[in-house]
Amino acid sequence: MKVHEYQAKALLREFGVAVPKGDVADTPAQAREIAQHLGGRVVVKAQIHAGGRGKGGGIKLADDPAAAERAASQILGMMLKTPQTPAEGIKVRKVLVEEASAIERELYLSITLDRGRATHVVMASQAGGMEIEEVAAKTPDKILREWTHPALGLGDFQARRLAFGLALGGEQLKQAVPLIKNLFALYLAKDCSLVEINPLVVTRDGRVFALDAKLNFDDNALFRHKEIAELRDIHEEDPLDVEASKYSLNYIKLDGNVGCMVNGAGLAMATMDIVKLAGGEPANFLDVGGGASPEQIENAFRILSSDPSVKAVFINVFGGILRVDRLAEGIIAAVKKLGLKLPVVLRAEGTNVEQGKKMLADSGLALTMASDMADGARKAVAFAKGQKP
Amino acid sequence: MSVLVDTSTRVVVQGITGKEGAFHAARCKEYGTQVVGGVTPGKGGTTHEGFAVWNTVAEAVAKEGANCALIFVPPAAAADAIMEASAAGVPLVICITEGIPIADMVRAKQFVAGTNSRLIGPNCPGVITPGQAKVGIMPGHIHKSGDVGVLSRSGTLTYEVVGQLSARNIGQSSCVGIGGDPVNGTSFVDVLRLFNDDPGTRAIMMIGEIGGTAEEDAAAFIKASVKKPVVGFICGQTAPPGRRMGHAGAIIAGGKGTAAEKMKALADAGVTVVKSPADMGATVARVIGK
Repeated sequence: MKVHEYQAKALLREFGVAVPKGDVADTPAQAREIAQHLGGRVVVKAQIHAGGRGKGGGIKLADDPAAAERAASQILGMMLKTPQTPAEGIKVRKVLVEEASAIERELYLSITLDRGRATHVVMASQAGGMEIEEVAAKTPDKILREWTHPALGLGDFQARRLAFGLALGGEQLKQAVPLIKNLFALYLAKDCSLVEINPLVVTRDGRVFALDAKLNFDDNALFRHKEIAELRDIHEEDPLDVEASKYSLNYIKLDGNVGCMVNGAGLAMATMDIVKLAGGEPANFLDVGGGASPEQIENAFRILSSDPSVKAVFINVFGGILRVDRLAEGIIAAVKKLGLKLPVVLRAEGTNVEQGKKMLADSGLALTMASDMADGARKAVAFAKGQKP
Repeated sequence: MSVLVDTSTRVVVQGITGKEGAFHAARCKEYGTQVVGGVTPGKGGTTHEGFAVWNTVAEAVAKEGANCALIFVPPAAAADAIMEASAAGVPLVICITEGIPIADMVRAKQFVAGTNSRLIGPNCPGVITPGQAKVGIMPGHIHKSGDVGVLSRSGTLTYEVVGQLSARNIGQSSCVGIGGDPVNGTSFVDVLRLFNDDPGTRAIMMIGEIGGTAEEDAAAFIKASVKKPVVGFICGQTAPPGRRMGHAGAIIAGGKGTAAEKMKALADAGVTVVKSPADMGATVARVIGK
């Protein structure tokens, strides 16, 4: 799960990581008040989950409260387009108004999982403010890494090593070491999957703090962090993804027109692949899970067919825990309730397959049966193109 | 011959009084696996649907000689269950549970490394040696005994390939699901080593997916050490970057972990790479001359 910058910074503050003074505003008038309160020059920053906001016009400097109000009125409500947003952009609903700082150096600091080493890694670089993937690709030696101990965490000596590597000494070292340690404490305490401070800045007056902050959280651990789960902003997500998550369905909307309903993530990905190989484009990834109930199947069917770009549905199920008869029950209920007009191709194998196929045959639904995955993909793609398979 | 589980495997099911645990303990037993009982803390001394229940894994080891733990404990307590089983000296710990917090798995993996246990999973279908033992949630009836080793990060996609193999009368030595999480106990390389050393395995079918570098590591190992023919498939060829495709580990991040890179690494290592998931069984048949 992702959160906004202003939410991330509130958490940083809570854990003793220095951030600029500032507050979040929903209206231009509020932005003016915050700027007044801060005094001096401020930065007005659009709050959306995607990066690259500055280049898209989502970050503006303002010399006084009136300018802050003007900047906020330009940013609030705009459809902000960045390389990380959908083509139409994301609507800006909040701005963060912060004190502007005279920056001397921009550094990079992040914490994430190193899958290969099966532990958390803290990364730092003097090349802050840039795309870190680019730095990693071109000059990998410019990225410092400290792998934390799986049980003991980050040692003081490791935090010092990173700070020295960032060429921070004296008073700055005294600020940077606890900052790095506190950031790691936040990462662990809140089950983050990513903490990224880009840039971490040193100001001309010698202060070290997080100018920007990105926090992602491990979805699997949200059950023990209600306060984090509440930070979710559903405006940032596709409405169909949000609807699917209510029923514990793994659904991701894609750009094609062949709706896919599959059990299991691997088979769901493979189904998308085979639709593409058959000359079509998948409209979604949808994993109904191992033990889906008929109700979940019904909702899955409703959600995937409510996408107006879907022209045909391909159901590909290999029943293990999910029995084919239960799948059939869900499909029959959904099609009857929704009065579905879309062509549906069904490929089913595994537990109770004969019983399930008989239920579907007896139901009188106009389903097209497929003999295997390739046959199913071919038929679904043909339907989606308006042809008879 | 086989790897990991066989007729001598004695399974204790952790979380046996839960719906999933009870259901699958019974399916494993029906298949012929020796299921010696289960563990649910606080319910020791009772029986549940015909299975003896203990408070601790250590009791099941002491009283019944359990040598394999099968875990269905819910995500919040699953990492602890893994550590309990390995602390009790169970040599093979298979964790089915999906949705364990990553930080919990980082600690549990470190803990297991300090014991003599091998962990399979989590978020996996388990291990089956057809005709001998089924320790997991896979539908037993689709398997056939034979000499192709199957290993995979995905559950239902493993059933798919097994279905394709059995339909061609190609049996399996063992099928091992290593799980779809970013931190897991046993890697592709570990299982490839076991299949390579198993005289009962003639060829290997490996199913990978996007995310991480486990497939690239496997490719390097195959190139250096595996003497048997390997057929590979990578799912997620059409997955968009930055989106988690169901499995916590299946995500293309920072341009890394794409299917194209993995397929190339495997092909360079001499693996016969299959493009379409519908052709997995037929390709194995061709490679082994059947």
